[in-house]
Amino acid sequence: MTAPQIEIQLIAVVVAIACAIPGVFLVLRKMALISDAISHSILPGIVLGFFLTHDLNSPWLILMAAVTGVITVVLVEAIQKTGLVKEDTAIGLVFPALFSIGVILIAKNANDVHLDVDAVLLGELAFAPFDRLLLFGADLGPKSLWVMGIILLCTLVLLFLFFKELKVSTFDAGLSSALGISPIVMHYGLMSVSSITVVGAFDAVGAILVVALMIAPAATAYLLTSDLKKMIGLSIGFGVASALLGYWTAHLLDASISGAMTTVLGLVFLGVYLFAPRKGLISVLYRQRQQRTEVSLLTFLLHLNNHEDSNERHINHLNEHINWQKVRSKTVLDLALKNNMISIEDDIVSLTSKGKEFTELALEYIITNKDEKIEPMKDDFFLFRG
Amino acid sequence: MGTAILGAICGMLGSFAVLRKQSLLGDAISHAALPGIALAFLITGAKDTNILLLGALVSGLIGTFWIRGMITKTHLKTDTALGLILSLFFGFGMLLLTFIQKQPNANQAGLDKYLFGQAATLVEKDVWLMATVTGICLIVLLLFWKEFKIMLFDADFTKTLGFNIRFIDILITFFIVLAIVLGLQTVGVVLMSAMLLAPAAAARQWTNRLSVMIFLAAIFGAFSGVMGTAISATQNNLSTGPVIVLVAAVFVIVSFIFPPGRGILFRQLRFRKNRRDLKLQKTLQFMHSIAVTHENIEHPHSIMILNNFQGFTKKTLQKLEEKDWITLSGQQWALTQKGFHSAENLYNQQLSDDSTAD
Repeated sequence: MTAPQIEIQLIAVVVAIACAIPGVFLVLRKMALISDAISHSILPGIVLGFFLTHDLNSPWLILMAAVTGVITVVLVEAIQKTGLVKEDTAIGLVFPALFSIGVILIAKNANDVHLDVDAVLLGELAFAPFDRLLLFGADLGPKSLWVMGIILLCTLVLLFLFFKELKVSTFDAGLSSALGISPIVMHYGLMSVSSITVVGAFDAVGAILVVALMIAPAATAYLLTSDLKKMIGLSIGFGVASALLGYWTAHLLDASISGAMTTVLGLVFLGVYLFAPRKGLISVLYRQRQQRTEVSLLTFLLHLNNHEDSNERHINHLNEHINWQKVRSKTVLDLALKNNMISIEDDIVSLTSKGKEFTELALEYIITNKDEKIEPMKDDFFLFRG
Repeated sequence: MGTAILGAICGMLGSFAVLRKQSLLGDAISHAALPGIALAFLITGAKDTNILLLGALVSGLIGTFWIRGMITKTHLKTDTALGLILSLFFGFGMLLLTFIQKQPNANQAGLDKYLFGQAATLVEKDVWLMATVTGICLIVLLLFWKEFKIMLFDADFTKTLGFNIRFIDILITFFIVLAIVLGLQTVGVVLMSAMLLAPAAAARQWTNRLSVMIFLAAIFGAFSGVMGTAISATQNNLSTGPVIVLVAAVFVIVSFIFPPGRGILFRQLRFRKNRRDLKLQKTLQFMHSIAVTHENIEHPHSIMILNNFQGFTKKTLQKLEEKDWITLSGQQWALTQKGFHSAENLYNQQLSDDSTAD
């Protein structure tokens, strides 16, 4: 590995961590799309900052852009407060308008400078190491590494200082204002941090990847855990892993690094989405099917309980009576047999004593809806685990 | 011309998106279409608009249904699902695009025009395609008008009526995706969502009827298309997309402020008026409470005693006199019979209002 390669990976990792932390809170607060809006609408801020300073590397640029980001949030909220449109519509109206202003400003005034929309939107990590920070003539490493490092440090410090407050205000805004923590201050604090992170990260990795790095690790972690601390840890892990993997994929394919990082993030998310132990698609589908079978079983047992007449309990009759398809009734019968709840003699189905007991318990639960009745059944059946 | 048609179709379908609270779906889909374009190009190696658009359509649909799946099957919320699909698909598309750029294929240039769009590249064929799609869309809209409408406002009711919700839902989503994909090469990925949203959001403020709203949205969309194109044509290097979006944004702002029913302006005026009325009533009531203690209700009192009560100004007194509720003479005021009654009724009215509110 050459020095620039190490530096690129270092930058990618720092950016991934810095994005993952605010991302978790954005996802939990159902404001994931705000990051998308911010990443687009900072464009006019950058352009204006550039006109003021005529220097692409000035910190004023970042400041201006961050201010525009916060303005976006304020605008969205103002529009939403009029009650004329919903929140998502408000977001959808604000950021394209701001972005358009940015694009037009660039087109009209900044033709001859190195500032084009592609660069802002897509970013290119590969060039990041060539933009060095020179201080007193000494080479201190890539500039974006410093910028992102400082932002990351600030984020971490703020996270540790206000962890409790953030947690409370995220999950229970009412409680937090009762405790004297203003949700509004927390909200704008978080928005400012996100907006600064987006701005700092975008010239290294591009606006779209910033959104991906914020949302995807957090969403992936959210599928795996419901513990806030674990979720932050996991999303940082996912972010770092995909940053590194993405870099090498891009190296292999000779394609855009940010694109590759996003793709890896997407694959990781897809994997977790499908296979997550409790919240993944497959386990959800499995659980739903299981529950359906169990509901059928219950219906079936109740039906048996209601009919003393042997000809009502003939296997073939059951088929048509409850109106199930063959396969399904067979699954249900098998399940019931396996649990010793029914016995079959000469194709006549009857409840065993265990089946009777079960049916009565279930019936009682259905009628009273009290949990303690079904406590012992929870181990065997998905249905009662809720 | 092309942009006008595009604006119209986006306005129509956007109405549905806005009313179904799926405004940002447009944003997500327009980003999600990118890998489709790139893949279609990679597979066929040709830059035929129709094939590329087909690719975009397919990947847009995949994105949409994945979003749907994520929302219904896991506990991830709508915004997260949208943001995920948007950024992940777009990132993947970027990867493919940069990969294509490295390929030795002379055809590749110009693929990235789909990113930002350029209406000038529209040729007659594209316009015809758009017109055809708009026509089909209109016919379907008219055919399924009742179903669409009922589905928008009460999905459960639709289900109980025996309509096939899934089918209608997919149909509507399909058309929204189609419109977005068509718009891509005109206004580009980023601004497509505004194309879809802005006319509909503007039209929503003027009316409460679905048919009128769709009609208005189509007109707004078409106008912003035409005006945007015209403005961008008059100036050098002003790309069409952003200008169209800004024109549409102006429509939205105007629509927020001026409509008589929902607009901010009239609402403020109404607020003012209500507040003034309330103050007037408060003063009247205070006068009433004083007058009740006297045998002759028309007994004059000095204006001074109103002072320990906030709601009196020269103007309110004058207003009250205009309504014949009080008579003024110098520093004295007296309640008239009429004023006394209306003050009493005021109280009763509030009581009855309260009871009906319960």
